[in-house]
Amino acid sequence: MKLQRKNRLRAVAFGAIAVSGALVLTACGSDNNSGSDTGSGGATKAAGNIKCDGKGQLLASGSSAQKNAMDLWVKNFMAACKDIQINYKPTGSGAGIQEFLQGKTAFAGSDSALKPEEVAKSKDVVKGGQGINLPMVGGPIAIGYHLSGVDNLVLDADTLAKIFDGKIEKWDDPAIAKLNKDAKLPGTKIQAFHRSDESGTTDNFTKYLKATADKSWPYAPAKAWAAKGGQSADGSAGVSSQVKQTEGAISYFELSYATANSIKTVKLNTGAAAPVEATSDNASKAIAEAKITGTGQDLALKLNYNTKAEGAYPITLVTYEIVGDKGNKADTLAATKSFLTYIASEDGQSVLKGLGYAPLPAEIAKKVRENVATIS
Amino acid sequence: MSDVTMEQPQVADRAPQPRSSLRQPRLPRWAPPAVAITAAAVGVAIGLGAGLSSRIQWGLIAALLFVLGMYGLAARVEGRRQAKDRLATSLVWVCFLIAVVPLLSLAWETVGRGSKVLDGSFLSHSMSGVLTIQPGGGVYHAIIGTLEQVGIATAIAAPVGLLTAIYLVEYGRGRLAKVVTFFVDVMTGVPSIVAGLFVLSFWILMLDFGYSGFAGSMALAILMMPVVVRSTEEMLKLVPNELREASLALGVPKWRTILKVVLPTAIGGIATGVTLAVARIAGETAPIVLLVFGSQVINNNPFDGAQSSLPYYIYEQWAAGNEASYDRAWAAALVLIAFVMILNLVARGIARWKAPKHGR
Amino acid sequence: MDITSTTAAGPPGPAAPAGRAKAATRAGDRVFLALSRGSGILLLVIMAAIAVFLTVRAASALSHDHGNFFTTFEWNANATPPVFGIAVLAFGTIVSSLIAMLIAVPVAIGVALFISHYAPRRIAAPVAYVIDLLAAVPSIVYGLWGALFLVPHLGGFYSWLDDYFGWTGVLAYHDGAARSLFTIGILLAIMILPIVTSVSREVFLQAPKMHEEAALALGATRWEVIRMSVLPFGRSGVISASMLGLGRALGETMAVATVLSPSFVINKSLLDPGGGTFAQNIASSFKESGDIGKDALIASGLVLFVLTLLVNGAARLIIARRKEYSE
Repeated sequence: MKLQRKNRLRAVAFGAIAVSGALVLTACGSDNNSGSDTGSGGATKAAGNIKCDGKGQLLASGSSAQKNAMDLWVKNFMAACKDIQINYKPTGSGAGIQEFLQGKTAFAGSDSALKPEEVAKSKDVVKGGQGINLPMVGGPIAIGYHLSGVDNLVLDADTLAKIFDGKIEKWDDPAIAKLNKDAKLPGTKIQAFHRSDESGTTDNFTKYLKATADKSWPYAPAKAWAAKGGQSADGSAGVSSQVKQTEGAISYFELSYATANSIKTVKLNTGAAAPVEATSDNASKAIAEAKITGTGQDLALKLNYNTKAEGAYPITLVTYEIVGDKGNKADTLAATKSFLTYIASEDGQSVLKGLGYAPLPAEIAKKVRENVATIS
Repeated sequence: MSDVTMEQPQVADRAPQPRSSLRQPRLPRWAPPAVAITAAAVGVAIGLGAGLSSRIQWGLIAALLFVLGMYGLAARVEGRRQAKDRLATSLVWVCFLIAVVPLLSLAWETVGRGSKVLDGSFLSHSMSGVLTIQPGGGVYHAIIGTLEQVGIATAIAAPVGLLTAIYLVEYGRGRLAKVVTFFVDVMTGVPSIVAGLFVLSFWILMLDFGYSGFAGSMALAILMMPVVVRSTEEMLKLVPNELREASLALGVPKWRTILKVVLPTAIGGIATGVTLAVARIAGETAPIVLLVFGSQVINNNPFDGAQSSLPYYIYEQWAAGNEASYDRAWAAALVLIAFVMILNLVARGIARWKAPKHGR
Repeated sequence: MDITSTTAAGPPGPAAPAGRAKAATRAGDRVFLALSRGSGILLLVIMAAIAVFLTVRAASALSHDHGNFFTTFEWNANATPPVFGIAVLAFGTIVSSLIAMLIAVPVAIGVALFISHYAPRRIAAPVAYVIDLLAAVPSIVYGLWGALFLVPHLGGFYSWLDDYFGWTGVLAYHDGAARSLFTIGILLAIMILPIVTSVSREVFLQAPKMHEEAALALGATRWEVIRMSVLPFGRSGVISASMLGLGRALGETMAVATVLSPSFVINKSLLDPGGGTFAQNIASSFKESGDIGKDALIASGLVLFVLTLLVNGAARLIIARRKEYSE
């Protein structure tokens, strides 16, 4: 019996150590990473202008195309508002909309506007209102490629469609060679990567292909990849990292991923005098032609993929935040509103330029600000 | 190559081998290592000469040459039966090397790439305010998440599993016991993703609770329970019946017998089993990815709001797909492996510490 | 194997403390019995809840399916009308697990023999220990290693295979990233190797020493000893170990999800990227599925569940038979 009692004492001691250890541990960590801040600008300046209403934790998910922008916004916002935590998960636009429609997130990020049936479903989640699309930032969808020895690849819509449909299989195909007279194209196989998840980037890219190369792209544009064959990966980060490590690869993703991974991007032959590079300025020129098609509070945009304007890069996306116009959950409303107010503000828009995003045209941004103010 | 050094101990072991004939010619002791070195050299030469890009081919060629070389040599010198023996021996060695190479590579990569960013600040900081495309940040929030989720799962699963095992061994003889045994077997086969799916659709979507660490704990508990039941059952069955009978004969009620005699006798094995089960679920990723949502900031409350966890963190950083996040993923993998290994070592320690006193 | 003998005897009948049967102890007994039986029942309830829940949801998914659940080659469960089938998933799951078995089982037998009969004692024990520890490496770490190390290193090997076996069609390779079913097979093989090895090793160590010594005394070579006395004894043990490994391989999720390039096609070649498995498909498409889509995934999860159940059941049956046989 003595032995047992000792054992029990020992067990109690172990338990005590474990519990107190855990308690000590919970006290010693830190959320403060400002020491390792590599200075992406705007953080301190912006802090003064951010209004912090509400508190608590905001969950949001969706488009991976806006993940890099969101990272920066969240960082600046949380530096100013200590009481609000924002968790944005880059699950893809399809998943973001789903989670919003299940009432699990405060807002969704999506590169495609809600479809009518999704709007109908959103009425169950936001009582008395409906889901609306608020454009927040635009960006070029870069066509990234990995081909040693070829630095200035030029392609046009028709060739792109054939490459991603598996009709053009080799890099030295005559169609590609015709557009790149000076380049030494190798005979390696083209590895076309597409998104395996439902993605607004895919939606916008295939909309572009459908609008400009109708004959070579027989599929209807959608968030899910429609063509057969090719290789796939999850998320913008997934496809860009595959391009980074696979010789002969080509794929499409928001420009910031190309910048972050130093991936070469295709110049587009749009029919304008010179091939157009994927930059945020060139994308802005195309986005400037966008028209609002949403009604009421909804600000869904229609992009002009067919633009032949000089220096306008036509494969663009505008990424939306999707919230309810009224009837948002009471405990997250104030925080959501102050966060959206910040990201639509001039400060919020201007910090993104360095990352490869294109700020909204002034006129649209103004409307967004007005609409954010009326959310309830 | 490393296999050369590993070949040598075999020779020492070979000495007491019985000989089938007194005058049978034998290969000298240095033959196997010599053949191995030659095979490795020729493999590398062929690889370099033919410009084969993959090291795997070099290794396979060398292995093939070694096996064939030993067989041919032995067949010439020692006769067919001995040659077959040599063939089997070399095949076993080759199998061993084939098994060890990837495992060594895994360990090497994890330690090599993980130690790059692993330091005090990595362990004590969260990812709050760190852009995924930039270096920096840490794993602290994920460690907290893992500890809490696994802790809660254990707090649910260990008592239930323990009591169920006691029921099965000490009381159960009816139909209920048979059904429970069957379902425990069934439960061990539940793929972890299915457990996650169940909790997600039931707890989060149907009952409309939010994502939380606790939701993850429930899935982990479902996975852990059958493991605890199984191992505890085995340990309780090892307790000699004489002990029970002696205690009961002294008039001690059955429940006190179980608490004071049976459990203390088996406690070492039970603790080992529980610790191993904890180690098993600590690395479980699939259900966690569905259930905890993930977070960049420290959340000490597992019952409310999104949390992170080590496996989730590794997945998230891998999915972010750039050099800085890969470094973080490897470092977190190293932390997770260290955690699981420590639990395993603790389990072995308990087993060894308790074993001699209460062995069968 | 005294485990079975103690169970068979079992503890003596229901507690009836003679003489000093105080109410308190009786109550204690009752409470304790209620507690332990209660947790057994709780376990049953959980399990039944899972089973019923999955079945109901799966049934609702099947009633919405506009394709054939078993033969349709696509997964558009969120479309209107929903069309989905598990043909590609079943193919991917079974093929990748079989590849894993083909690689892992022979190697595991070799390693188990190495530890039990070939290695010098000095290194046998540590090797066995390390292999056991490796069984504890979390699958996400294997996935990380697979995606960032294995995949980039397999390309050259695959083109080599293609040079010699490309004509078979099954082993043709078209220069993709090596994110194929075959790669999954290799990765799964590495993952299940420790468990198959350690169970086989236990069995080999239990082979009757007398038989081995008798064979040696008759002048048999070491291989002949193993072939005649160890392998026949260990056969059923190895089979059940392989089944346990297979059960793990079938349900593996994260390692597959990180490595595979998912698509709903069945490639002629196993080396070319594409395909999918049950678990991987659930993990990657659950987040973006609507109601019917989720139910459809649950239905596929149920199929996986049943598959795993059959394999594990078979393993357990073999073990049980072996116990009878060895007693």
